[in-house]
Amino acid sequence: MPVPILAQAPYLIASVQSALTDADLVDLQDNLLREAQRRRSQGVVVDVTALDVMDSFSTRTLQSLAAMLQLRGVEMVIVGIQPGVALAMVQLGLTMLGVRTALDLEEGLVYLQAGSQGRADRGQ
Amino acid sequence: VTPTTKVKPRVSSEGSSTAISAGTLKDELVARLRRDRPVLLKEWVQAMAADDGLWMGATTPEQELDSEAIYDACVDCLDNGSYAAAEAYADRMAQRAVLGVMQYERVLSGMLTLRDAFWHSMSRHYLTEPDRLAGALKAFEPVANKILLIVAMAFNSERERVVLRQQEAIRELSTPVLKVRDQLLILPVIGLIDSERALQLTEQLLSSIREYRARAVVMDVTGVAAIDSKVANHLIQTVDAARLLGTTVIVTGISAAIALTIVTIGVDLSRIQTVGDLQGGIDLADRLLGYGAMAKVSDPGPIVPSTAV
Repeated sequence: MPVPILAQAPYLIASVQSALTDADLVDLQDNLLREAQRRRSQGVVVDVTALDVMDSFSTRTLQSLAAMLQLRGVEMVIVGIQPGVALAMVQLGLTMLGVRTALDLEEGLVYLQAGSQGRADRGQ
Repeated sequence: VTPTTKVKPRVSSEGSSTAISAGTLKDELVARLRRDRPVLLKEWVQAMAADDGLWMGATTPEQELDSEAIYDACVDCLDNGSYAAAEAYADRMAQRAVLGVMQYERVLSGMLTLRDAFWHSMSRHYLTEPDRLAGALKAFEPVANKILLIVAMAFNSERERVVLRQQEAIRELSTPVLKVRDQLLILPVIGLIDSERALQLTEQLLSSIREYRARAVVMDVTGVAAIDSKVANHLIQTVDAARLLGTTVIVTGISAAIALTIVTIGVDLSRIQTVGDLQGGIDLADRLLGYGAMAKVSDPGPIVPSTAV
């Protein structure tokens, strides 16, 4: 099942709805890169709230996607990793170093809006 | 105590008139122990009273009830070879013992005294018949041993149960996750960290991060007695897992001695942000969260409609 990509002002939101096959992941990678280029996006949020499993392939794909987007000056945030998934990933050694993560979509967008200095005010 | 099964091996003495059948001897013994019950019970209770008393602190009716029940349970075991009732009774006794009514040593010595009482009664009765005495002892000894074993095991397993319960309680107590202000949690870690506890700690922290929507966590390890490479790896895992949820973890309270150990054994903690003490950790977290030097806890100011979403 392909992942829908929503455009929200200068950002793209890829909302994963169900478990992804390896082919789906590669498609997601291609589509996001293409869309980001076409729409001249500043940031990408990948929402994985619905995922119960993150294996080494998906982790690596997302990690390289972040690196690719970074090369085009687009910042990527992964949001909504479930606590259990995070625990399992860490135990497997998949720590996704170098990829920005946030609790949920809202936090991810707040982070992107605050700019890439890594400083995120909540707008108050 | 009601015997569950009444299977008395009735061995007829037709086979040989001279040899004494073990079954007959046992039946004879059981019958006599039942008949002499008042006398033996009294003897037993007196022997125990001389020996500091099994039921110190218990009332007299309680003592009588208990001693009668134990006596009957033992005779039943000898009679029908079924130990279920004795096991159940021993478990109950062990539960009371752990509550402090009875003491393990006293109960065991009480059982030994009962065994002596039976033994004395037998030796008195078979004074002139050493063959029969030997036969009766042969029937009696294994049962007595088994009963003692049951009592000991009942106490042992009850104690283990209590220890497990307490460990559970300590574990529950020792990992509180506290919210200090919006988006900031404190996790004081106290005591020993083993794999199981580290896992539980991580799970609890992750679910708290979700619940409070925390963006920073200060993990204070002042109360951790020792950190070896295993514990350090647990800490790193916890920090990494929290990071996957988008939360920054700051570790504070690593004492000079622990810092020395960590550097000496060559654990790389450079992936973790560390600050000397809890206060410094909270200051750093405040800066990360964008609270100014004057924390806006008391006055959140006018709420500006967020344009975030």
